[in-house]
Amino acid sequence: MNGAQDLGGMQGFGPVAPQPDEPPFHADWERRALAVTLAAGALGHWSIDEGRHARESLHPAEYLSSSYFEIWLKGLAALLARHGLASPAELAAARALEPALPTRRPKLAADAVASALARGAPYAREASAPARFTEGEAVRTVNAHPTGHTRLPRYARGRAGVVERVQGVFVLPDAQAHGLGEQPCWLYTVRFEGRELWGADADAALSVSIDAFEPYLEQGSPERAAS
Amino acid sequence: MTIATGCCPPASGGDDGHDAASRDDAAMARRVAAIESVLTQKGYIDPAALEAIIETYEHKIGPRNGARVVARAWADPAYSERLARDATAAIAELGYGGRQGEHMVAVRNTRRLHNLVVCTLCSCYPWPVLGLPPVWYKSAPYRSRAVLDPRGLLGEFGVTLPEGVAIRVWDSTAETRYLVVPDRPPGTEGWSEERLADLVTRDSMVGAGLALAPERAAA
Repeated sequence: MNGAQDLGGMQGFGPVAPQPDEPPFHADWERRALAVTLAAGALGHWSIDEGRHARESLHPAEYLSSSYFEIWLKGLAALLARHGLASPAELAAARALEPALPTRRPKLAADAVASALARGAPYAREASAPARFTEGEAVRTVNAHPTGHTRLPRYARGRAGVVERVQGVFVLPDAQAHGLGEQPCWLYTVRFEGRELWGADADAALSVSIDAFEPYLEQGSPERAAS
Repeated sequence: MTIATGCCPPASGGDDGHDAASRDDAAMARRVAAIESVLTQKGYIDPAALEAIIETYEHKIGPRNGARVVARAWADPAYSERLARDATAAIAELGYGGRQGEHMVAVRNTRRLHNLVVCTLCSCYPWPVLGLPPVWYKSAPYRSRAVLDPRGLLGEFGVTLPEGVAIRVWDSTAETRYLVVPDRPPGTEGWSEERLADLVTRDSMVGAGLALAPERAAA
């Protein structure tokens, strides 16, 4: 979706403000926000993609005026409500008002945290079809504006690029975010020249790559991509 | 109000004025406490597990991990080769991996090429080697301009690249996570990996900085 999360190429936000020796958390509630988000996610009711989509579905004004962990908490509240785990009324009352539902996965136990984090959640899958594109091939990204989740940023839509690397087969976020299964497909590193993305005034020594799922790509014309 | 820097007042109690929304720490604390209470009462979360998660990302996993990877790549050409070929496996050799680092790629700076990593769509970042992302990495100023004007953005980090150095930006739009291997500073020949690691800053492994010159290493 063309939400406020899709920031690449926007202007007017002012300079970046790096903080020297920045700690991982700036307030105790940020620690809690990270931990409760991970622990709730471990129940298995939503994927990382559905989680991202919950955050980017915030109203743009709200997304842009919230700090990052605030966005996480707002997204988490939406996920808990959608999956029936905690209602807005319960969160407002700060106590359980309804019986608990069975969960898809057991509660994350303290002694299982280290192994769960070390294991992660690999998203690579076995290939069931050959890759459509090869390394060095000219491609063009589709120009599409789906209302659901996508990982093709606006600045890179309808642009000519080159497949730099065929990464393998991975879960398709566009499908998994909406409960449509994994629909694994080939993933490519696609490199664009800065001038293809930003026009003739762009830095001639700039190139940008995205990780593009196969449905994001069409065959390109070699002379355009090589420029 | 400058919105969406995502900044918070520093822990020292100062206020950089960048983020009116997050000044209200008390309201956010109430919000997260309410979620925790409900989920705990319903048996969905274990408060001790939350403490274990916080402990992990506050004290166990951080940019020192990545610095060790980079130092080994500088010191050991065979390791550097393995890191270039299969970064996930090479990083696992040092004991690092897992959540948000399941599919790693290492990209190496040279005298002709500078790599910069961003996630324009959210905050994808290689947690096992760098820890949690800093606020600036998640902020709108960084995410918006990294792909459009990376040279100008680098200037705000105090990095001026010499003429003729090309910039390659990696937008982390899938589950692949990128680690920049900064250029090894001159004058460090024969240094141990432990000493070399002291030159490798977090920012340098995102591409928002350079490795420290030997004289700037922490004493």
